[in-house]
Amino acid sequence: MKKLSLFSLLVLVVRRDLVLAMRCRTDVLTTLVFFVMVVSLFPLGVGPEADMLRKIAPGVLWVAALLSSMLSLGRLFAADHQDGTLEQMLLVPQSLAVLVLGKMVSHWMVSGLPLVLLAPVLGLQFDMSVEAIGVLMLGLLLGTPILSMLGAIGAALTLGLRGGGVLLSLLVLPLCIPVLIFGTGAVGAVTASLSYSSHLSLMGAMFVLALTFTPWVTAQALRISME
Amino acid sequence: MAINWFKYSAPTTFYGLAGKLVPWFAVASAALFAVGLYIGFAVAPMDATQGEFYRIIFIHVPASILSMFLYLIMAGYAALGLIFNTRLSAMMASAMAPTGALFAFISLWTGALWGKPMWGAWWVWDARMTSELILLFLYLGFIALHSSIDDPRRADRAAALLAIVGSVNVPIIYFSVKWWNTLHQGSTIKFSGTSMHIAMQQAMFTMLAACWLYAIAVTLARVRSIILEREKQTKWVSELPEVAQGEGKQ
Repeated sequence: MKKLSLFSLLVLVVRRDLVLAMRCRTDVLTTLVFFVMVVSLFPLGVGPEADMLRKIAPGVLWVAALLSSMLSLGRLFAADHQDGTLEQMLLVPQSLAVLVLGKMVSHWMVSGLPLVLLAPVLGLQFDMSVEAIGVLMLGLLLGTPILSMLGAIGAALTLGLRGGGVLLSLLVLPLCIPVLIFGTGAVGAVTASLSYSSHLSLMGAMFVLALTFTPWVTAQALRISME
Repeated sequence: MAINWFKYSAPTTFYGLAGKLVPWFAVASAALFAVGLYIGFAVAPMDATQGEFYRIIFIHVPASILSMFLYLIMAGYAALGLIFNTRLSAMMASAMAPTGALFAFISLWTGALWGKPMWGAWWVWDARMTSELILLFLYLGFIALHSSIDDPRRADRAAALLAIVGSVNVPIIYFSVKWWNTLHQGSTIKFSGTSMHIAMQQAMFTMLAACWLYAIAVTLARVRSIILEREKQTKWVSELPEVAQGEGKQ
């Protein structure tokens, strides 16, 4: 068998997972509908005053993004675990970390990217300014991959456990707090006409840090869970 | 004579050693608690700005310090267990987690009790309080993950990995919370710049030592139970006098 280069392995895994996701579209869509629904509930809960809504919009959108990414994380390894594909993946002579990175990328493309694209529509519902929406999208673009990457660790650790979904949120949500803080902070800075670059730079730093370590840690976690 | 440094890294030998150490640490801790509380309540003077309310720091500060240190020590043991595959390290880590969570909870609780008369609020989104709360969540996550995995070996290793990831994240979380807070509402109330009275210092350090000894005693006692539970099918456990006696009675 020809040995695949790391990059073509990555592309292979991403393509496979995307095809699988497209075959059962409802899973993807329910997560998105959940996101839209949670965000739409807030104005009903706190009242329709535009000032208030503008103020809470970044926080609401970010928390909803966090929750809906938790919702889809359970599926990251579960299906492959059930039908035995994951065991085969662990036996592959190529780097498991790259394989895991591929799964993270496809998870983000399916569950993170749509949130980024949906955010402006929801932002308009909350009467956000165009500039604030731009920064919100930028923050989500940097932050949602971090959520997928950190979440993958939790998903790998809780693989096949009873009550895995709730446990997963308990493990991962505290780790995601910095992302939430800087994501909403950037939008807050724009509305206060301050510089938002520091928030986004820190978010970028966290992105690079997560990209460096999480695939490897997740690979270790998978080995622990599967032995 | 060559010293075998690793003699007590085996659960078999450590079980006996821990059993001998527990009463010493427990008695010393109780004595120091008594001394610390006496100095704290009877000797230390009233604070000029905070009145009698400040006395809660004698338990609040040691509890906060312990909750943070115990997490790091726990993560250290977890890492040892994961790297060298030693059984005892993982048992120590899981024995420490409940004590750490308890101290984090005491720290939050006493902080709230102090905050109500001093700040006029049970809870303020102060950077330190928020990070302490998140620390409690991390402890709870560790305990929850460990207890929901049936196979003890897998539970040890999965929880160890989580503890290491958590300890890497703790500084990131701490600084992000700190900056978030300063960005939102400027600096909040801080301890007044006045230096502490000598009796207050004595009381605080005595209480800190007492809390350390308590944590060690409880951890050792708990690790003994964990060792017994994990090794219950082995011969040496069934030959222990306390175990053999119990079985004889039944």
